Amino acid sequence: MKIGNGGESLKIFVLAKHAIDTESEIRLKDEKSIDEKGLIYDINDWDRYAIEEAIRLKEMHGGEVTVIGVGNNEDTLRKCLAMGADRAIKIPLETGMDPYKTALAIKDVISEENFDLIIAGLMSQDCNNALVGALLASMLNLPFATAVTSVKVEDGKLRVTRELEGGYQEEVILQLPCLITVQSGINEPRYVSIMGIKRAKSKEIKEVDVKVDKEMIELERMYLPPVKKAELITGSADEIAEKLIEIFKEKGVI
Amino acid sequence: MEFSMSDEQRMIADTAREIAEDFPPEYWREKEEKQEFAEEFWRAISDAGFVGIIIPEEYGGAGMGMIELLIAMEELAANGCGMAGVWYLVLTEVFGALSIVKHGTEKQKEKYLPKIAKGKLEFCMALTEPDAGTNTLNIKTTAKKDGDEWVINGNKIFISGADRAGGMLIVARTTPKEKAPRRTYGISLFLVELPNPAIRINPIPKHGINYSKTCEVSFNDLRLPEDSLIPPQDEGWYLILDILNPERMSFTTAAIGISKLAINKAIEYSKHRRVFVDPIGSYQALQFPLAESYAMLEAAKLMNFKAAWLFDNNVNYREVGSFANMAKVVAVEAGIKAVYWAMQIFGGYGYTKEYDVERWWREINLIRLAPVTQQMALAYIGEHILGMPKSYRV
Repeated sequence: MKIGNGGESLKIFVLAKHAIDTESEIRLKDEKSIDEKGLIYDINDWDRYAIEEAIRLKEMHGGEVTVIGVGNNEDTLRKCLAMGADRAIKIPLETGMDPYKTALAIKDVISEENFDLIIAGLMSQDCNNALVGALLASMLNLPFATAVTSVKVEDGKLRVTRELEGGYQEEVILQLPCLITVQSGINEPRYVSIMGIKRAKSKEIKEVDVKVDKEMIELERMYLPPVKKAELITGSADEIAEKLIEIFKEKGVI
Repeated sequence: MEFSMSDEQRMIADTAREIAEDFPPEYWREKEEKQEFAEEFWRAISDAGFVGIIIPEEYGGAGMGMIELLIAMEELAANGCGMAGVWYLVLTEVFGALSIVKHGTEKQKEKYLPKIAKGKLEFCMALTEPDAGTNTLNIKTTAKKDGDEWVINGNKIFISGADRAGGMLIVARTTPKEKAPRRTYGISLFLVELPNPAIRINPIPKHGINYSKTCEVSFNDLRLPEDSLIPPQDEGWYLILDILNPERMSFTTAAIGISKLAINKAIEYSKHRRVFVDPIGSYQALQFPLAESYAMLEAAKLMNFKAAWLFDNNVNYREVGSFANMAKVVAVEAGIKAVYWAMQIFGGYGYTKEYDVERWWREINLIRLAPVTQQMALAYIGEHILGMPKSYRV
């Protein structure tokens, strides 16, 4: 296989999650579930960068971009098609907050396909696990890199930059086929265009049923973080100082 | 009857919202203050194909209709852009593209539409004149044939975008009113590329919308080739109606979008602002006028979509005009009330530039005057819908 400089095209899969918008007001229905009322869903922000990167690579090297999503996610898949993906695969499986289950479902579908590269967002804006990409790579036995901030295709290999802590970066070369998870800011995602919206209408969203019985995560209890209370301390300067010292001692600060 | 949006229409609304979020009120505050054209915004909406919504696919557009254009405009306006979300699209897509799509010759379509669709050619329309105003049939600009050329002379006023547009739609008399068999006869439309040394353009300082210049324009022996006429000659009045109705709908959408933007910003503020014990948003005195205007805005929106639907389905201009005028009257009354009360909620802060609502007030003020005054729209309803005597002499 010779990809990149050789001019051969890339078959890219992108994982896209239809996730709760971070500006939604979260309310609990009970201790195990979120009240769906009033929640706004959109494509997971990191996945916007993933689909953009895939489309750019396709525009540069040719090939095909397939977007794949788990759950009830047609709006997000349609959006990716409108941005420029060629086809979409929908796995209508409820995986809740279990990234292992999500990765298993994707593995089942993707292992039937030919691909050179899988691109996922670094994490999802709702659960922040940053696991699906890495889990999928290990399930498929693929080399992978996370938190990628730049991608270059070179002779059947992928040269990527990874973001490290403290402003450091690392350059890694991966043999294709491989998987990367991209950091936000790797590119500037395009707007969905009106023509893209029109074209998306005739593109295929294939539904594939997958059964995954394994649950890796058992949800015990969900709760909203306790509201931190503010206390207004009044009195003379001496009284305020005394009260402050008392609080600091009580909290173990001094 | 079908009230739900198609998947495509929902996606257009989503994209418009996303673009608007990248061009928030503070962006427009700066553009307005500096009196600068919003190049970045224009590029964004052009790249996303918004300027080509109503242009057929064979000329590089999306081949959609006024309904889709209004959906895009409202979302842009209501999610941060205010009047700007409508304004630039009216100048280039309604005045320019739509007039050519509807009535241009094949040659004119090929020449202008692909460039407009890409956002590479801005347009403006030279219709209003200092001595004609709403009495369009009274325009004095003339186009006379000299050999195989047209020679145009006259003065126009309030021509927005003329300072930078690359194309202009000119409305002129090819037969003087005195010699015309009927009042509406003798008006013709022409297309010209700008700049042109025979066209003088002079911006007029104005109250708001200063991210676009509105100009005086004069034609001094402007010579145009024969094929710059949009046929048929002398029957241009009926062609203009196909532009003026969509223009009216667009401005109605602007009133709705600006108002929703102001209302939302005021609501957000009112929930947190306490002057006495409770947040001011809990006061009925502030809730009721907002609620009332919001209800009217939603009613106007439905009526405006009806006008757009009639237009897209090629129903005659008079029926389109009826709904377009009624929607405009309602939207503007509601809009003025909405922005007034949004400003009231901000109190003294509402008078500062930093809170943006004063800019939206200046923007909505235009829509009670243009494209026609509220009073002319009411006169239309009185005469053409209610069948009452014409209330002014011509």
